[in-house]
Amino acid sequence: MRILKSMIRQPSALFGLAIVALVILMAIAAPLIAPYSPNEQMFDGLTLEGAPMPPSAQFLLGTDTLGRDLFSRLLFGARTSLVIGLVANGIAVTIGLLIGILSGYMRGLVGNALMRFTDLMMAFPALLLAIVLAALLRPSLWIVAMVIALVNWVQVARIVYTETRGLVERDFILAERSLGAGHVRILFHHILPHLMPTAIVWGTLGIATTVLLEATLSFLGIGVQPPTPSWGNIIFESQSYFQAAPWLVFIPGAVILLTALSFNLVGDALRDILDPTQRGRG
Amino acid sequence: MIFLLMRRLVQTALILLGVAAITFLLLYALPADPARMIAGRSATAQTVANIRHELGLDQPLLAQFWAYLKGLTEGNLGRSYAQKTDVGALIAARLPATLILMAAGIFVEVLLGLFLGVIAAVRRGGPVDRFVMMASFVGVSAPQFVAALLLLYVFAVTLAWFPMSGFGTFAHVVLPATTLGILGAGWYARMVRSAMIDVLNQDYVRTARAKGLSSARIVFRHALPNALLPVIAMIGIDIGQFMSGVVVVEAVYGWPGIGQLAWQAIQQVDIPIIMGVTLVSALAIVLGNLVADVIAPLIDPRIRAR
Repeated sequence: MRILKSMIRQPSALFGLAIVALVILMAIAAPLIAPYSPNEQMFDGLTLEGAPMPPSAQFLLGTDTLGRDLFSRLLFGARTSLVIGLVANGIAVTIGLLIGILSGYMRGLVGNALMRFTDLMMAFPALLLAIVLAALLRPSLWIVAMVIALVNWVQVARIVYTETRGLVERDFILAERSLGAGHVRILFHHILPHLMPTAIVWGTLGIATTVLLEATLSFLGIGVQPPTPSWGNIIFESQSYFQAAPWLVFIPGAVILLTALSFNLVGDALRDILDPTQRGRG
Repeated sequence: MIFLLMRRLVQTALILLGVAAITFLLLYALPADPARMIAGRSATAQTVANIRHELGLDQPLLAQFWAYLKGLTEGNLGRSYAQKTDVGALIAARLPATLILMAAGIFVEVLLGLFLGVIAAVRRGGPVDRFVMMASFVGVSAPQFVAALLLLYVFAVTLAWFPMSGFGTFAHVVLPATTLGILGAGWYARMVRSAMIDVLNQDYVRTARAKGLSSARIVFRHALPNALLPVIAMIGIDIGQFMSGVVVVEAVYGWPGIGQLAWQAIQQVDIPIIMGVTLVSALAIVLGNLVADVIAPLIDPRIRAR
């Protein structure tokens, strides 16, 4: 509640929050709002020459190259983006937390090995890895989510590692240990709660990254496969047409940008609120 | 220093070995079959088996990896399945184009990022600052391919100032470099702004003000050099990022660099090329960080003293 209050006071965070709420609403209520079925190829959805129709009263945002209603496809595409955003990023943050906390807490062989592995993954060309995996796996929605999670956990692990190392040195952990608390109790009752702000911030910022990565993979034709609409594959399907029908590329493009921007704004505001030492540093 | 450098070089070699091992394992485990890809859809099982034998794909995994590593120590990245030529030569032929694009992109983003970051820090809290911060947020949230298509639509299709795609003249490099530059500038602007704000709050800057120096002199001569350190580190990171991150921009603009090479190879399941490009990219990432670490003490005596 306190967090929500301080967010509403900042115009940029409020804007982000509003757009995020709108996208979630779009995704949940897609079947209720959408004027047409997203995959219906309407015979009055193309001009007499067979070209897509520009925005009009009948088709709010125009139609695509197969005569489908762009507005309806965008609404259902919000589901794809959000599901992948939440699932992929949820997995990435969980893996990152787990590896970060373990490598930060455990000295010796296991901790070291985990950190070296994280360093190794940092040197991996992430986008290239995602493209290779997605292209060779004949992707479904879930595989795309897994691929994104696989390349996105590394940054979280790095940050959690650094924070855990700092926490372990602190007096209250030493006090706990001298009271006889076990590792599990220290990890889950004393260290993990201190890491929650980081997890929340990265859980939000990471959705922006994930939405962008999904859109990029789908734009290359190796993400979510048509006819399932995703914001990226709508652009993929119509990119060769973009000189004649620019709205087919730039409306979904604007939607992707707004969504990523909003999650970034909300995440950044959360960081300011949850970590006052970072305030105003950007 | 020498000892430190040696240690870093050994680390680099180990990381590359790790990247090679993981990539090799992944490509081996993936369901795509290069032999079937080369043989075509109508090939008999015998033909596919022959091709598999010819490429050495019927060998056990470890034997294949060992052979690959042995090649690597001799500087041999293997032969492309589809193009039947040396992968090293293919990459070397494409590398200059990517390096040109990378240099131009980094040039645009550093210039733009420094400019925006400095004016935002100087005008902290004002409308200029708020505009720059918002613009940098938009930049880091924009999908690269949408920005690329937008620039293409405005400046190549509608205004016809620049060519649609291709490589060769200065005009060709403008749009791809701008695409990379304006999106990346957001990170630089935010970083330069916060570093500048830290520096501008320090005592020596107040002293300079008290001496009556002009604010331009204070900002550019006294404050900015001290705020440049994170920029150097960021350029180091970007060298690595661009090496593997240009796939999309190269695809949209038809830029004949290693991103395009990788993209073609991925579609043909041309594993030696995929391996080669991944290794070269990983090398660029590690070297980028290494260079940033080596340059930092050269420009900042405070680090040298440590």
